[in-house]
Amino acid sequence: MAAQKRDAAIVGIYEYPLRKAPGVTPLQIKADCAAKALADAGLSWKDVDAVYDAQDGAGMSGLSLPEYFGFKPNVIDTTAVGGSSYEFHASHARRAIASGKAKVALLTYGSTAHSDSRAIGTGGGGMGAGAPSPLDNMQSPYGMTLIANYAMVAHRHMHQYGTTGADLARIAVATRAHAVRNPEAVQAMTDLLYVGTGEITVDDVLGSRMVADPLHLLDCCMVSDGGGAVVIASADVARDCKKKPVWIIGSGEATKYSENGGDLTVSAAAQSGPVAFGEAGVKPSELDIAMIYDSFTITVMVMLEDLGFCKKGEGGAFVSEQRLRWDSPLKPALNTDGGGLSSNHPGMRGIFLLLEAARQLRGESTSQRAGAKLAVAHGNGGMLATSHTGGTIILAAD
Amino acid sequence: MARPQPRFPEPDTQPFYDATKEHRLTYQQCNSCKNVVFYPRAHCTACGSRDLAWKDSKGVGTVYTYSVVRLNRHPAFAPLGPYAVAYVDLDEGFRILTNIVGVNDPLTDVKIGQRVKVQWEDQESGIALPMFAPA
Repeated sequence: MAAQKRDAAIVGIYEYPLRKAPGVTPLQIKADCAAKALADAGLSWKDVDAVYDAQDGAGMSGLSLPEYFGFKPNVIDTTAVGGSSYEFHASHARRAIASGKAKVALLTYGSTAHSDSRAIGTGGGGMGAGAPSPLDNMQSPYGMTLIANYAMVAHRHMHQYGTTGADLARIAVATRAHAVRNPEAVQAMTDLLYVGTGEITVDDVLGSRMVADPLHLLDCCMVSDGGGAVVIASADVARDCKKKPVWIIGSGEATKYSENGGDLTVSAAAQSGPVAFGEAGVKPSELDIAMIYDSFTITVMVMLEDLGFCKKGEGGAFVSEQRLRWDSPLKPALNTDGGGLSSNHPGMRGIFLLLEAARQLRGESTSQRAGAKLAVAHGNGGMLATSHTGGTIILAAD
Repeated sequence: MARPQPRFPEPDTQPFYDATKEHRLTYQQCNSCKNVVFYPRAHCTACGSRDLAWKDSKGVGTVYTYSVVRLNRHPAFAPLGPYAVAYVDLDEGFRILTNIVGVNDPLTDVKIGQRVKVQWEDQESGIALPMFAPA
């Protein structure tokens, strides 16, 4: 094993508190979060020398974002790979800092998906934006919604491994238990008119409306407004920041797509995970915290397996509310902020995975796992069955 | 309202849709490495060769996975009631996204592993969409 490197750390974090934010723009959310994350680090606006953006604001954001913010960065990276963009950004920021190109990197996200009434999960089948593409031409006539896309992976997982709806539901149950402890998540569920904002049971999930077989309403994330910011700094800067650094010790990036004869139950995490864990020199079983992209319960199930927390196909047996809960003696605790299922999902959730993982390793979570030392943030972007990205970041407490 | 239609000019998929006008389901095979290529492209996804042959499929395959959509806000699909979206593995070795049709109730009559056969849905534009019904 190569020596674990501690070149770059998360030093500042901020999550926009509202999930329903009419009257503000994504750019305003981004700038607001940027200022507060820099303040959290004890750094200032002029310290930022690297900007990362997933193009959630105005067009060609490598041009427009530094100008809007008023930055003059030496490093500009607009990798846009959907919800996992922020794990890719953290990986790239770590690289840029390790090579001496930058000292203080800023990642921001802002979205008003809820206020815009975007039907993200159930608006599928439409097209007409942009140039024709071969993949669009082969898919759009068939009415595959985003939820149906993930549901097809769930069906195949059930067929191949005997996974049940109750197995998937346990992920939603544990995540909700964490949301109930997070006041911002409770407010989110209230503002987004959830039927109830208390804990839920497996039967509640299985009894909720079927949206696309076999996924029920409570297997699906919310569509919120929101945003956040993460500041990543070099080791010398990190030592002088206000809060303890949260070190980035491993990272991996991958894509996965539908192929002739391919196995749809395997995600990009099967490629990005081993790279990240190998670099970090830690095993999945050692991790205290798993922040895994929960667009849907099946997303988490597949990625727990692919990251190596259990063998492929054994996710159903691995998950239990007891294991995944913050107060369990078993590892890992899952999505302790309440996840996309019950706290925050404005379209690209990846930044929140980094935020909550950092909170845990600082000891600041509303569902704090005692003595948490190691966390993984695994983002997923795009469509699980068609083509998606996976970004894995391994984090260590100081 | 009609389903969303493929849009042209789009040279990769144009020959595929031209063949659907004659109810032919076509795929490509690489002349150098024999890899089956689908969806259609101008290069082989296994070796990068641009020497691909178009072939006719018999249109018979197996349901790899599916979902029954209960809610789609798009006006072409909203009135349909539950409908099945599926990946079908054709016997020639390619996987296609499609709908499963010709069943009494998609909620109970579609299964992974089920044998299916192509059934064409003609479109006003002159092309036809390949869908699949129990073989």
